Amino acid sequence: MTATIEPEVGKSRRRKEDERLITGRTRWTDNLTLPGMLHLAVLRSPHAHAKIVSVDTSAAKDQAGVVAVYTATDLDPASEVGMPCAWPITPDMKSPRRPMLAATQVNFAGEGVAVVAARTAAEAHDALEYIDVEYEELPVVLGLETALAEDATLVHEELGTNTSAVWVFDSGEAGTGASFAETAGDAEVTLTRRFRQQRLVPAFMEPRACVVDPTGTQLTMWSSTQIPHILKTMAALTLGLPEHKVRVIAPDVGGGFGGKIAVLPEETMALVVAQKLGKPVKWNETRSESLLTAHHGRDQIQDITITAKRDGTVLGLKADLKADMGAYLGLVGPGVPILGAFMFNAIYKFPAYHFACTNVFTNTTLTDAYRGAGRPEATFAIERIMDELAAELGMDPLELREKNWIKHEEFPFTTVCGLTYDSGNYEAATEKAKQLFDYDGLRREQAERRASGDPIQLGIGISTFTEMCGLAPSRVLGSLDYGAGGWEHAAIRVLPTGKVEVVTGASAHGQGHETAWSQIVADQLGVPFEDIEILHGDTQSSHKGMDTYGSRSLVVGGIAVVKAAEKVIAKAKTVAAHLMECAEDDLEFTGGSFGVKGTDKATSIQDIAFAVFSSHNLPDGFEPTLDSEATFDPENFSFPHGTHLCAAEVDTETGRITLRSYVCVDDVGVAVNPLIVEGQVHGGLAQGIAQALFEEAVFDESGTLTTGTFADYLLPSAADLPSFTTDRTETPSTTNPLGAKGVGEAGTIASTPAVVNAVVDALRHFGVTDIEMPMTPMRVWHAIQHGTKAAGDIGSEAGGGLGSIDASGGAQ
Amino acid sequence: MRITVTVDGTKYSDEVEPRTLLVHHLRERLGKVGTVVGCDTSNCGACTVHLDGHSVKSCSVLAVQADGCEITTIEGLAREGKLHPVQQAFHDNHALQCGFCTPGMIMQSIDLLADNPDPDEKAVREGLEGNLCRCTGYQNIVRAVRDAAHHMRPGAGPEAERMSSQESASHVGIGGE
Ligand code: FES
Ligand code: FES
Repeated sequence: MTATIEPEVGKSRRRKEDERLITGRTRWTDNLTLPGMLHLAVLRSPHAHAKIVSVDTSAAKDQAGVVAVYTATDLDPASEVGMPCAWPITPDMKSPRRPMLAATQVNFAGEGVAVVAARTAAEAHDALEYIDVEYEELPVVLGLETALAEDATLVHEELGTNTSAVWVFDSGEAGTGASFAETAGDAEVTLTRRFRQQRLVPAFMEPRACVVDPTGTQLTMWSSTQIPHILKTMAALTLGLPEHKVRVIAPDVGGGFGGKIAVLPEETMALVVAQKLGKPVKWNETRSESLLTAHHGRDQIQDITITAKRDGTVLGLKADLKADMGAYLGLVGPGVPILGAFMFNAIYKFPAYHFACTNVFTNTTLTDAYRGAGRPEATFAIERIMDELAAELGMDPLELREKNWIKHEEFPFTTVCGLTYDSGNYEAATEKAKQLFDYDGLRREQAERRASGDPIQLGIGISTFTEMCGLAPSRVLGSLDYGAGGWEHAAIRVLPTGKVEVVTGASAHGQGHETAWSQIVADQLGVPFEDIEILHGDTQSSHKGMDTYGSRSLVVGGIAVVKAAEKVIAKAKTVAAHLMECAEDDLEFTGGSFGVKGTDKATSIQDIAFAVFSSHNLPDGFEPTLDSEATFDPENFSFPHGTHLCAAEVDTETGRITLRSYVCVDDVGVAVNPLIVEGQVHGGLAQGIAQALFEEAVFDESGTLTTGTFADYLLPSAADLPSFTTDRTETPSTTNPLGAKGVGEAGTIASTPAVVNAVVDALRHFGVTDIEMPMTPMRVWHAIQHGTKAAGDIGSEAGGGLGSIDASGGAQ
Repeated sequence: MRITVTVDGTKYSDEVEPRTLLVHHLRERLGKVGTVVGCDTSNCGACTVHLDGHSVKSCSVLAVQADGCEITTIEGLAREGKLHPVQQAFHDNHALQCGFCTPGMIMQSIDLLADNPDPDEKAVREGLEGNLCRCTGYQNIVRAVRDAAHHMRPGAGPEAERMSSQESASHVGIGGE
């Protein structure tokens, strides 16, 4: 029997995952009910900064249904060990111990102080009201510049500073380029801008949840996590549990966007409480709890200086960042700005670059990975300042980009940041985008509207971006002091009946791995797509893995699958040669069959699987299995790129922004499943556009999150977004056998600057040079009135000059 | 308080606390976990079900208010292995990624199509305003709803749904409403 020959990779296959998701047969963590299961609820601090004088849990213990109430001292000694941070970016990085439950002091509103275990979730939540905590309030530290001021109150008194770490990269010192100071002397234009990356909430739709069952031979934890493997190891290290006694299962996970890359205090708490009580426990957060305590993203001030010649040749870039870590360091939080450090040069080849970042503690929810992690911030800064430079030079912004970008024939190209971009074709993507967008036509319309003084002005925003995908390479992560590797693991099991089970370490939370991986294996082994099952998200079946983040699944995990398939084929070939009594060299493997060259003799991989299973006639010493395992650690990142164009209409009388059209042409290398690629781009665009227009996590002066529900935190609905025109060019990556580059974060990275550039472009003739995000109608209107940057803090700093605005989200 | 509800064709009588929300009754008491909870402020729409043929956010209805009502959840749409046209259209148009918003989106879309069998893009976007999705950017959801509209004669979807739920109700020996 011979199997399908038509290639699967490249087909817009509808997803295998869908069936259970559209019929409500999904396995969300919160769906799980175990016999005798108790429910946990966490008492959270209402204060952003306070000493805990006393906690009285006696009344709560008497409430109906309550089984136990614990505070930090009860969870001792487990609570002595802090929650983990895996990225000590500098040897002297300050990292305060983050307890599971606060013992003596709370450092952000929402920090856990006690936990109740009760028969029902409602009873657990009811009992929280009976816990009596006496707090002694401390002054609250909010806003990056306030936290860095000479006489600032300290979040953690014992550290003696609010600065966690300062991380610097200089192309002169690194030997990857000239020093910024050196080239600055040749500059004919020097432009400095301050940009603010407001604080965002990843806002996955499935709230976080975990269930722990201590009644088996292992401690089993189901969690709505992106990182089951890392979580297992980290939980073991944090709690001193024997790692082999812990099993983590990430069943169906309802979105993550980086927001579920964390080891949660609630997870470790659930592990400890379940063991103490000897009963299964469940923790399931409310949305308000999630907005307050799940890590936030972004929150940086960026001071950017660009130097150039009058003809548009860029000479150098200097980026000075301040990044708000919140009250503690998250699992990879300190490294997020560093991931961006290598992308400030974007697609450009200027010779000098200087980067410095100061990570700062404030009394707020911690920040950590959020879709793109560092790269959206970097792309925003460079793409915004390129537009400002174009305006300063009176050049078309596309022309300025073209003048400075790496030409197609110059690849591979080593950038001033020291990364080697393997492939790219910015010309092709840009040309295609221009055509789809009708760039020239829209520019004409823009000029007409300006000339006629139309109250609705038109702006065109450009963002030509690249990013580094596929985190790995382990050696590079090591050189950046990241605590672990970045390889990925896969295993293939060819079953006796010829069906195939594929185990992947990259567990998905909505990206369609089951479909894409099936397509890859179908092509590799020549077995039908339907005959392949993808297993993931359970550390028992998938015993090794580095999980899913940073658009690494396909370009690291997918390639591990390819490598495992190659091993299966090599084993099968030995058997085929034996069965057909020929030399291995005489065999050709196509379409799932080994054929003897020059004859019509052939045998399929499925037949070989059965022969191996029966083991009646195998080569001497052949281990009777076609199964294989492989680990892939790439040599290099991959570098998707694209050109995004946005046309925005701005009502100059009301400040209302309408996105008229959005066109993007992304180059993600070879698309395994174009349908999934398109879906990922759409979702990414929505999140990036939302940063530009809608979303911001805001704290008031007491450190209370005022955007603590979906009624206040403006996640866009269908009615808030336009339709997108998406297309692709395909320049294969040269550093992996699939030629794939990764796509998960592209849309988010590119779209935010495209939208802001469009709005500023529409209003530039009013003297507008920037508008803070999110660009609310109020801010836009204000910018038009004052002809300059519209500050976050409208009113007090109205019309304030550049550099005079703190980035504390109105917290000052 | 004792309430009786018919969910996806099966009748259930249970004691509930007066404060129990319908969504919690469905999930925790009746095991109907296909309907999910995404927020605590009735903003996300993840919990949308049909109550006597109309979409409601089941987190904003008390279980006692549903006494005597017929409820359809995502789990009651597919009949004898055949997907509802809206489910099929979501699959065909890649209108879901993580799938958490999907049950609510599908239930809301069916109601939307019952009101307007041939909605344009704007009507779909406005009709789904109360349902949040973080993954898809909505474009494929809009496409799916319009695609489903073409596959359903005006009113046929909800009609079919009602008929089949009566059918299965009679299978288990309980009368309609
Ligand atoms: S859970 Fe009902 S609207 Fe969000
Ligand atoms: S598909 Fe994930 S929230 Fe809609």
